[in-house]
Amino acid sequence: MSDKIKVSIDGITVEVEPGTTILNAARQIGGEIVPPAMCYYSKLEGSGGKCRTCLVKVSKGSEKDPRPMPKLVASCRTGVMDGMEVQNITSPEVLEARRGVVEMLLINHPLDCPICDQAGECHLQDLSYEHGLADTRYEFERRTFEKIDIGDKIQLHMTRCILCYRCVFVADQLTDSREHGILGRGDASEISTYIEKAVDNDFSGNMIDVCPVGALTDKTFRFKNRVWFTKPVEAHRDCPTCSGKVTLWYKGEEVLRVTGRKDQYGEVQEFICNTCRFETKNTSDWIIEGPRHVSQQSVISANHYEMKPLPVIKKNLELQEANKEQFERATKF
Amino acid sequence: MSRKLLLEHINVPGIDTFDVYRQNGGYRAVEKALKTLTPDEVVEEVKKSGLRGRGGAGFPTGMKWSFLAKPEGKPRYLVCNADESEPGTFKDRYLMTYIPHLLIEGMIVASFALGAKTSYIYVRGEMMPQIRILEKAIAEAKNAGFLGKNILGTGYDLELYVQPGGGAYICGEETALIESLEGKRGNPRIKPPFPAISGLYNCPTVVNNVESIAAVVPIINDGGEEYAKIGIGRSTGTKLISASGNINKPGVYEIELGVPVEEFLYSDEYCGGIANGKRLKAVVPGGSSVPILPANLFLKTVTGEARLMSYESLSEGGFVTGSMMGSGGFIAFDEDQCIVRNTWNFSRFYHHESCGQCSPCREGTGWMEKVLHRLEYGHGKLSDIDLLVDVSKKIEGNTICPLGDAAAWPVAAAIRHFRDEFEWHVTHPQEAMERNYGLAHYADPLPPVGEPA
Repeated sequence: MSDKIKVSIDGITVEVEPGTTILNAARQIGGEIVPPAMCYYSKLEGSGGKCRTCLVKVSKGSEKDPRPMPKLVASCRTGVMDGMEVQNITSPEVLEARRGVVEMLLINHPLDCPICDQAGECHLQDLSYEHGLADTRYEFERRTFEKIDIGDKIQLHMTRCILCYRCVFVADQLTDSREHGILGRGDASEISTYIEKAVDNDFSGNMIDVCPVGALTDKTFRFKNRVWFTKPVEAHRDCPTCSGKVTLWYKGEEVLRVTGRKDQYGEVQEFICNTCRFETKNTSDWIIEGPRHVSQQSVISANHYEMKPLPVIKKNLELQEANKEQFERATKF
Repeated sequence: MSRKLLLEHINVPGIDTFDVYRQNGGYRAVEKALKTLTPDEVVEEVKKSGLRGRGGAGFPTGMKWSFLAKPEGKPRYLVCNADESEPGTFKDRYLMTYIPHLLIEGMIVASFALGAKTSYIYVRGEMMPQIRILEKAIAEAKNAGFLGKNILGTGYDLELYVQPGGGAYICGEETALIESLEGKRGNPRIKPPFPAISGLYNCPTVVNNVESIAAVVPIINDGGEEYAKIGIGRSTGTKLISASGNINKPGVYEIELGVPVEEFLYSDEYCGGIANGKRLKAVVPGGSSVPILPANLFLKTVTGEARLMSYESLSEGGFVTGSMMGSGGFIAFDEDQCIVRNTWNFSRFYHHESCGQCSPCREGTGWMEKVLHRLEYGHGKLSDIDLLVDVSKKIEGNTICPLGDAAAWPVAAAIRHFRDEFEWHVTHPQEAMERNYGLAHYADPLPPVGEPA
């Protein structure tokens, strides 16, 4: 298409459709320069802008108006302009701000990863591993909340929540009615239901999939196993309400849990219904497609016997040239 | 006496009623604007006047109005931001209590200029008496034919509503105000789109402070050029200052912008000097979110010039040695006040009022408050001071709305100018509990220019 616009992120130019956000433009390039996103979810309208981990610097606004933007901007909610130049990992300012945001996200997080079901597939774990400090400067008691029960399928751990609002968007956009929301203000705000009401919609289980941390976990999987001991297998079934395309997590012959299929950014490809997620946990319910590919970076790949590609030595012409010169010089005399 | 434009008739008995207000020249601006001017001419007058937003940011009002998108078939809204909750600022409440018709008149003229058929006054929930006063004033104006259908026979219709807020500081941020007005949780929106393009109910909206809207009345009455003659430089017109703290005569004062701060603070016309014969230690010139200044930097700028009460002069020296006009919440501290305690108090406020939407502000404000609490009560460490500076830097500029900045600036400025006092709190915890640090060198004359401050 001719009306594509050019944007450069960390010096890499990419052509995108008008209206694309900086984050999605970066995802088209892929690799290290993709800003991390804790609250943005491409399938949920209106999400993003809250966690501030995806802050980037716009060093050139556009071809027409080359002024840089005065502040760091949230890349998930800022549209690209033609000729925009964005700095992500090449800007020390951005890395500093991101370190700050990660620190802020962690100061009230309980860091109870050893007993958290999300451990191993937690975005906050990955984020703090990549951008966080080894120890905290926060010397006060961490914030706690009164525990509330939100139904027999979903377990809420409010202390782990980073208030990304994704589950609120899920309830608004996928289910018939939203029973939970954010109550309170500031650091006392919490996810809660309206006077102890249970969250039990057909699609409420997707709240578990979109939760980037362990705040919403599957009660039917609770304390059953660590995710890296389970084997993900892709399967599908003929479901009347959803697409029925899922990932089954096996331990031995038993299906421990069912989730949507998540892509490399942790976003599900298709949302699934609660029947698929919670009630069909027998192999006989499913048509197995095959083992799911797990990224080498993920801890879940730890016990998997996927064939590693053999290391390939790339031809580096410059180096070869230099070596040749060096060799000639050395053997001249 | 300087000229009064907004509070000219404030002492007339019964000025809060329609009849008395009308007898004192009220609603002349409505007649003039609706009968003799076009909406664009009203906007032009406001532009000429150089009126700057009185809510804090100081953005030129006429410019804001001219940015309003005017798509076909979509209503446009004017919203008056009366959610005044900044600690130290109480000018809007004063204006609404004693001379409500000035605001109503301004609303009619401004709505006419913007082509709004429905306008809202969003009042902070705690101001219940003011809400009643405004509703009464609206009923009176409607009765007299200044509101409703076919105003003064000009064919212009306007409905004016008062909406009480829930009492959250964050709803003073314009997009949070709009969300709250729509009946949602008062979370600021992510900009862009700006309200001028997509605001209330996704229609173009202008949000203005009470005082900005009230100031439209004298601008239309006297003409924009006449208004622009008052004041100094780009700070035109008069401004209401809410003076509080350790001064002899706290209250709301209307000043011509450009009055020297020394005159404002010490003359009998205004604050009347520091109470009980004490000496000035520090001043917060524009409400709690602007940087605090020690006495010596406040009265004179770094270059040795007298500081004036104007947008430019108060911010001279940037954040290093200057402050901001803000919303005009002038708080003076005498030599017996503890800056650490005051900073803790401010940061407690921001901790309580953060909406909790974006992480740096939600977590950072609480963190700063806890560290400041520890410092104030003598359990602090010297490293805490640097920690505070670092945390405030991490919040500043990285949040969705300016509340993060507003929480970070007072802390950063207090440490910048009063570091000795913070350190003294750490090194003498016992003494700090018993007595205050005192004036110290904060009123000493500044070193001559050339040395970095």
